[in-house]
Amino acid sequence: MIRFWEVVRRDLRLALRQGSDSLMVVTFFVLTVVLFPFGIGPEAGILERVAAGVLWVTALLASMLSLDRLFQTDYEDGSLELLVLTPTSLMVVVLAKVLAHWLTTGLPLLAAAPILAVLLHMNADGFAILLLTMLIGTPVLSLIGAIGAALVLGARRGGVLVSLLILPLYVPVLIFGVGAIDAAVQGRSAEPHLLILGALLAACLPLAPWATAAALRQALE
Amino acid sequence: MDFCHTRAMDTTEKLPPFSGHGLGCIRGGRVVFAGLDFAVAPGEALVLLGPNGSGKSSLLRVMAGLLKPAAGKLAWGEVATGADPELHAARTHYVGHHDAVKPVLSVAENIRFWARLHQPDAGLAQGAVETALTRFGLAHLRDIPGKLLSAGQKRRTNLARLLAAPSPLWLLDEPTTALDRHNIKVLETVFAQHRAAGGMVVLSTHQDVDLPGARTLHLDDFALETEDGQP
Repeated sequence: MIRFWEVVRRDLRLALRQGSDSLMVVTFFVLTVVLFPFGIGPEAGILERVAAGVLWVTALLASMLSLDRLFQTDYEDGSLELLVLTPTSLMVVVLAKVLAHWLTTGLPLLAAAPILAVLLHMNADGFAILLLTMLIGTPVLSLIGAIGAALVLGARRGGVLVSLLILPLYVPVLIFGVGAIDAAVQGRSAEPHLLILGALLAACLPLAPWATAAALRQALE
Repeated sequence: MDFCHTRAMDTTEKLPPFSGHGLGCIRGGRVVFAGLDFAVAPGEALVLLGPNGSGKSSLLRVMAGLLKPAAGKLAWGEVATGADPELHAARTHYVGHHDAVKPVLSVAENIRFWARLHQPDAGLAQGAVETALTRFGLAHLRDIPGKLLSAGQKRRTNLARLLAAPSPLWLLDEPTTALDRHNIKVLETVFAQHRAAGGMVVLSTHQDVDLPGARTLHLDDFALETEDGQP
């Protein structure tokens, strides 16, 4: 457990000192969402209709931006070999790195989402559910993303490859994230969607670190 | 699981030998070595020799557990190391080609992180980190970020891990790269003390490192002959 928090602390420290990653992700998120009113016109009715989808799709793309940093620098400077040789399960190390990644990229998205929802005239009924879906959904994005990031280690143009690998796997999160918000806005219960999102998180929590650890070992062979 | 090796290092309790039997390694479809046997007893050193590409690095990675051998097995005493990889990691320090020094962390932070991963007891780790900094002449650089270090200083920061958390088995891949004459001497003393305390050292090198009584292993002897009869 101490080792888990040591890795989290180190990755947070690295992210804060390098700084640009979290900022880049949030800026990308904000800028892309702001493009939509320009593209489809400022009519409140249309924007309101697409708000949930736009927010989730852009959040998905934004969270993918920083994925190649998750293991790439450690892989290049030899830290990954030593992390694999840590006297603890590699899954613990992976989970710690994913947590740090979520704290530096997922949480800022969560903070920016309500402000952008106002910009898109989202119905006020959807706000709480929007935050809730992002709170459950963004960790799933980080967990699944880690598998892709580990698989493309050592490949040229890994950034493009990781998008192709990961985007299809993100679809369930997108469907049920948007579904929950739409249900809330239309006055139906969002619970079934939220439960499925929760189930996705519960499934990814053990499976994604396991798959990531296997991919990392493969990358170092 | 972490305690067994520290206890063994503190007292003079006898460690079992580390050995490999019939090891084989295949890289990119080419057999690098085959039928390789080695054994290192506590207090011993083993120097791996051979030209570039003869498999020194691969053998060290196999020993560390980063690479699965294509054939044969590694054992710690009678027990196969593959049976409990975490236990094997706890008693091993591996120093590879890369220095694993983070550019935005200071020298002390870099060393402390690896020390605490190996030795989660904060008090013990802190004392050992200080010792390691002093021994490798890094004390005055402790707050300098990794990006400002020279190649030799980075290498010393990496080597300081050896002392910052105790482990009986040291696997080093050309540890003297980028080190000056003085620091090679320091490293030799560190090796000697580690062996006197019952530790084991396995290293590959192209330079002369003074290891009294070290055994040597020529990787060439285990290369398969190619079709034209050349080794």
